[in-house]
Amino acid sequence: MMIVGIGHFLVVSAILLVLGIFGIFLNRKNVIIILMSIELILLAVNLNLVAFSAAQNDMAGQILAMLVLTVAAAEAAIGLAIVTIYFRNRGSIQVEDVNLMKG
Amino acid sequence: MIVTFFFYLFSLVLVLSAAMVVTARNPVHSVLFLILAFFNAAALFLIAGAEFLAMILVIVYVGAVAVLFLFVVMMLDIDFDQLRSGFQRYLPIGAAVGAVLFLELLLVFGGWQLAPNAVQFHASPTPPGVSNTEAIGMLMYTDYFLLFQVAGLILMVAMIGAIVLTLRERKTSRHQVIAVQTARTVAETLSMVSVPLGAGVTEAGGFLSPIVEEQEEFVDEDAGGHGHGHH
Repeated sequence: MMIVGIGHFLVVSAILLVLGIFGIFLNRKNVIIILMSIELILLAVNLNLVAFSAAQNDMAGQILAMLVLTVAAAEAAIGLAIVTIYFRNRGSIQVEDVNLMKG
Repeated sequence: MIVTFFFYLFSLVLVLSAAMVVTARNPVHSVLFLILAFFNAAALFLIAGAEFLAMILVIVYVGAVAVLFLFVVMMLDIDFDQLRSGFQRYLPIGAAVGAVLFLELLLVFGGWQLAPNAVQFHASPTPPGVSNTEAIGMLMYTDYFLLFQVAGLILMVAMIGAIVLTLRERKTSRHQVIAVQTARTVAETLSMVSVPLGAGVTEAGGFLSPIVEEQEEFVDEDAGGHGHGHH
């Protein structure tokens, strides 16, 4: 069982999530920092899953946390690959310059 | 008591380093603070009793993802000061959205309580008397095998995607063209030479027939400017 109460974990992960979203707003132009902020958000999700898993004595949360970890790693790999080829083609990674598709 | 102290210590460092990730001036510092945040999150996982996930977090995030970020940040030649313009402009709206979201989350966390019959809905209760890794192993290869395989599939798609995206054809690379190989006929590669007695093969026309007109020149255009790539 957990020694530290689940409420503490939830508050920490809430702060982490808010910091991640704050980072997306703050670094609107730098796509690498945006990717890092997404990693922080997913870390907050993982922290929540593990905290509930420990508090409830249910292993399913930890299995799900592993899947979130996998998806986060895959997302980082694909995102950074896209950043690399975008920089190779345009010489810049400003989010505002990404308007080739006129979306 | 000591565990509570360490929980607050690691949480404090985690939150501070996460704040530094999003506000650091230099993206390399951001990545290093991200690594620190991952380490502290792994410590929090340990406190929660999820040892296996804590180690996986260190291996996967610090060992792979953060190093990948570090590579990309250092490899791309980006003017980061230009990217930081507008930082002050987005600060108020970001802070406002963050504050509202945090207040809402606090309200949710302050008001929730567990349903009394929640225990009977546990998907897979922790088996008593086994270690955390053993419990995960007993579940992952049985009940959650489909999930495990889907995770492997996602990783494979990510790997193929990253390779396909970043692969570029170099003009200097000499790879096999199978169509040309199979289109060759005997006539253009082989010639019969009748060698007279006492004369050498060279006088009779030689083995190198037909003579190769001109050797394709090997241009090494990537020798000097490596980092700039082809535009």
